[in-house]
Amino acid sequence: MTNTVKQLSKSVREYKRDAILTPVFVIGEVAMDVVIPMLISNLIDYGITPGNMDYIYTVGFQLVVACLVALALGVLSGRHAAKASAGFAKNLRKDMYYNIQDFAFSNIDKFSTPSIITRMTTDVTNVQMAFQMVIRVAVRSPIMLISALFMAFRLGGKMAMVYLIVIPLLGFGLYFISTSVAKIFKRAFKRYDALNAVVQENVSGIRVVKSYVREDYEIKKFTDMSEGMRQDFTKAETRLALNMPMMQLCIYSTMTAIFWFGSRFILSGGMTTGNLMSLVTYTMQMLNSMMMLSMVFTMIVMSRASMERIAELLRETPDIQSAPDGVSEVKDGSIEFKNVSFSYKGEGTNPSLMDVNLSIRSGETIGIIGSTGSAKSTLVQLIPRLYDATEGEVLVGGVNVKNYDLEALRNSVAMVLQKNVLFSGTIKSNLRWGDENATDEEMITACKHAQADDFIQSFPDKYDSRIEQGGTNVSGGQKQRLCIARALLKKPKILILDDSTSAVDTKTDAMIRDALANDLADTTKIIVAQRVTSIQDADRIIVMDEGRINGIGTHEELLRTNEIYREVYTSQQKGGDEENAQNE
Amino acid sequence: MPRMNSTALRDENKVGIKHVNKNALSRLLKIIFSDHRGALIVVMVCILITVFTNVANSMFLSTLIDDYITPMLASGSRDFSGLDRAIATMIGIYAAGILASFTYQRLMAYVTQGTMKKIRDQMFSHMQTLPIRYFDTHSHGGIMSHYTNDTDTLRQMISMSIPQIFSATVTIISVFCAMLYTSIPLTIFVLFTLAIMVFTSGQIGRRSGKYFIRQQNEIGEVNGYIEEMIEGQRVVQVFCHEEQAKADFDKKNDSLCEAMTKANTYANILMPAVMSLGNLQYALIALLGGALAINGIGGTTLGTVATFMTLSKSFNMPISQVSQQLNSIVMALAGAERIFDLMDEEPETDEGNVTLVNAKFDKDDQLIESEEETGIWAWKVPHKEDDGFDYVQLKGEVRFYDVDFGYTPDKIVLHDISLYAEPGQKIAFVGATGAGKTTITNLINRFYDIADGKIRYDGININKIKKGDLRRSLGIVLQDVSLFTGTIRENIRYGKLTATDEEVYAAAQLAGADSFIHLLPDGYDTVLTGGGTSLSQGQRQLLSIARAAVADPPVMILDEATSSIDTRTEAIVQQGMDSLMYGRTVFVIAHRLSTIRNSDVIMVLDHGHIIERGNHEKLLAEKGTYYQLYTGAFELE
Repeated sequence: MTNTVKQLSKSVREYKRDAILTPVFVIGEVAMDVVIPMLISNLIDYGITPGNMDYIYTVGFQLVVACLVALALGVLSGRHAAKASAGFAKNLRKDMYYNIQDFAFSNIDKFSTPSIITRMTTDVTNVQMAFQMVIRVAVRSPIMLISALFMAFRLGGKMAMVYLIVIPLLGFGLYFISTSVAKIFKRAFKRYDALNAVVQENVSGIRVVKSYVREDYEIKKFTDMSEGMRQDFTKAETRLALNMPMMQLCIYSTMTAIFWFGSRFILSGGMTTGNLMSLVTYTMQMLNSMMMLSMVFTMIVMSRASMERIAELLRETPDIQSAPDGVSEVKDGSIEFKNVSFSYKGEGTNPSLMDVNLSIRSGETIGIIGSTGSAKSTLVQLIPRLYDATEGEVLVGGVNVKNYDLEALRNSVAMVLQKNVLFSGTIKSNLRWGDENATDEEMITACKHAQADDFIQSFPDKYDSRIEQGGTNVSGGQKQRLCIARALLKKPKILILDDSTSAVDTKTDAMIRDALANDLADTTKIIVAQRVTSIQDADRIIVMDEGRINGIGTHEELLRTNEIYREVYTSQQKGGDEENAQNE
Repeated sequence: MPRMNSTALRDENKVGIKHVNKNALSRLLKIIFSDHRGALIVVMVCILITVFTNVANSMFLSTLIDDYITPMLASGSRDFSGLDRAIATMIGIYAAGILASFTYQRLMAYVTQGTMKKIRDQMFSHMQTLPIRYFDTHSHGGIMSHYTNDTDTLRQMISMSIPQIFSATVTIISVFCAMLYTSIPLTIFVLFTLAIMVFTSGQIGRRSGKYFIRQQNEIGEVNGYIEEMIEGQRVVQVFCHEEQAKADFDKKNDSLCEAMTKANTYANILMPAVMSLGNLQYALIALLGGALAINGIGGTTLGTVATFMTLSKSFNMPISQVSQQLNSIVMALAGAERIFDLMDEEPETDEGNVTLVNAKFDKDDQLIESEEETGIWAWKVPHKEDDGFDYVQLKGEVRFYDVDFGYTPDKIVLHDISLYAEPGQKIAFVGATGAGKTTITNLINRFYDIADGKIRYDGININKIKKGDLRRSLGIVLQDVSLFTGTIRENIRYGKLTATDEEVYAAAQLAGADSFIHLLPDGYDTVLTGGGTSLSQGQRQLLSIARAAVADPPVMILDEATSSIDTRTEAIVQQGMDSLMYGRTVFVIAHRLSTIRNSDVIMVLDHGHIIERGNHEKLLAEKGTYYQLYTGAFELE
């Protein structure tokens, strides 16, 4: 918990001043809250009772000033509190976001996208509210409590002993209620999440629910869960409902004691009527601050989970960091794997990739094929250092990838990912990801190579056409071609296409490969594919199987020597389609 | 299919806040009252008692001073019996107040949570009856927010706002009467200062509200951006786009921070402002009252002033409470309205009376209904004239006659579709995205109803078949696999709730899922969360095939069921499926033409028309569109 708070407090930064000024002004506010009843007490005792008009006017004026000062301080503390808490929230989001930008793929794998989004939104809001509560109320209440207590002692003398009995009792009661309630709430919220997951699954899986006619089954599941949740929340709320009556019990018994003792003190001359009235005010102040404190406490307990989730994300150190003073120039597109093994979960766990030795010449075209889970993608992801090899080394241009400046390496190795994404904006703004300063001509050339120019030209706004978030307004094949064009704009020394033409028809696929072979002759090209036709013209084809290289060779060689390759080939050629071969 | 994007959703929410339907309030109150009438009456009585206790408490100080202390001071009498009796009475009142507040707080917890559950359950049950069209035309995030945001604001309103406003109103009225009773001149003065307070808090509240709306919009903006960027984080890395991504984010984040600061500033100022004005009023009452008391104007006494000062505090609190609650009530009613919109959606209609039953042949080869599973199914068709039934064996013959269909009436997407699927045939649909392949399957199981034409299932009009029974006879495997939180075993068993473990294993083996399930840490008992995100798309597809296999339906619809499975695994799955589907009617939509090559009939769709039909050899020989698709001349997506 302390570590978490320490971690989060680093994000206060430039808002430290506001975060400190808030409680300072709050203290002033409290001082006014204490002074005002005192002035009123004096007003009654020395002004109204003896009928001293001059005194009434003097103190009356002081009172009005005190109220105005209190107002000013209240406005100031409110403003600074808002600034500090909104700023803190901003910095938390920023720090998380910046940290994520430095994440390696392995870091991203650890956190699912929805979980990152929840951390950056809901969790930040929770922490922000708790933070604002802390700098405003958590300072106000104890000071209020102590100073009101002090004043009560001054005014009420021995009678104030009542507080010493009531306050600890109330404190204990409030503490007990808040902690036990927080525990129930935590459980209840977990159930709430589970219930929402059911709704989510039903909304997105409604076709399955309806086709299996499981509506009643789902309703039963839902109502059972919502009943469990109702019970938890009711339990928490009924317990929370104890707060108010307990508070009233304390207020009223204190009042009774004050009335009883007070009237006797007044009559024995130990106290004045004005004192009694102020005492009542101080009592209310004291007990109210206790109430506020318990609220803050509950809130902090409830926001703890959020704080921990944020801290977890902030603490995550990127697994891959650019080498300090790393090599800033990639000499050529040659690649070498030396005894490379890789495991997603780190050393000692079962590796996804085993003992890979491989040497690729600059400018060569390599095809990689193999079934799902054979580690094709894993293999190529080691080249731009998206993951670090667990054992062995990967060399690009003769230099270990770990010794490169990361940006220099990734600028020379362009990779078109399997799960690729276009961003909301225009076609141009998406292409510019590859090269920020690309000219229109360069963009058109890249798109021509990727066979994307034709369909772009058919859009009414051509290269300025809108792309919706996630690229949902272009077809899968078009999206893939845009992604290839985007990568080409980097003018890379190595181009990796990880199953990037699966939605493109075979003819266009072949045209893309022709363009790459003719116009990017010097670039090393690695093509991972499911379709044999996509790779059969490659200089060499690597057959992957269960994390190992099963065979390397040309199409003809592998057809003769490699059983897996032959199997894949025949599974795709079944039915003796001369047409298909003829078309190639 | 049309799906609302997030911007549209946000706009929809914005409009909702502006005009609040008064019906929503009365309807909501009706729901709250219908189940908890007794409890709510008790609550109201209890609130009255608490308010009375509060007022009595404020009044007591003056009684104490005026009726006992001052006379005793004057007379020098030290007889406390009268005073102690008064205090004892007060203790009684206090006790009643505490008991009342305990009772109503507790009851409200039950009322609130009971109502929340009722609303949630009603919403969910109703949602299950809605047609697929509803889900296709509403964003899933939007539907979800009815269960989260909208119900949360309701909870706040029921448990806090309603009792607070009730008690505040009662307090204001009773305190006001007490004030009038105590001193008319001072009451007039309080009314005057009150006007200033209401005006000030109204001003602050309005500004705060304005910026909160801006803040909500900015939050939406930032959340959208975060979502997009985190989704594309890997691409950001591959393109070394981190710095640019940071700069863009900062801009949005800063502007959110600005709106947030302003909104919170006004919200934070509201309370101190009201409090300070209250104090100021308190001081001014002391000044004015003091002057009045000393000069003996209007019968004002010191005790009156003291009482009045306490009363003015009790008066200010509920007023600031109401002003704070009003905002949340407006928000809650907007939420309630959206919830009621969902509940008012027209449910799927079902006029069908033909049901699906297990059947067997008796000695005379007559089809009769059977209690136990026989592997033979029959449609139970009620006679039109009398109470009798006819039994028609389920064979899986599906015929379309000149079917037209459009998701909206003005845009027909299927034209004149006629097709005859004989029992046991494998029918394949091929065509580009939007050609209408999936739409045809949506019509067979009546996710959507046709605009024109006829669909006959074993000779029966599908509109006459009860929807549940129609769907039970059709197994569907979709490209986007939906799995449910639970174990793998439970997920497979979803197809047939009564399936034994052996049946589950057999289905998994048939689907080729058994081998990867065994590699999972807990095998069949591995718990899937978040819709099975820990599995690959291919593995999820295998599970969904297993789920369909365990259901063992007479007719299957496979919509891109193996699109994410590599060709070698697919070949294995294909074998399993072929053996499963032997003798049953299958509709297949496939991206890879290799999977449909052995179909009995292949239909090539283009813009809602069937442009070619025939088997593989026939279509290749025709050298038409299918030929071009097959040889890769056309893009198929």
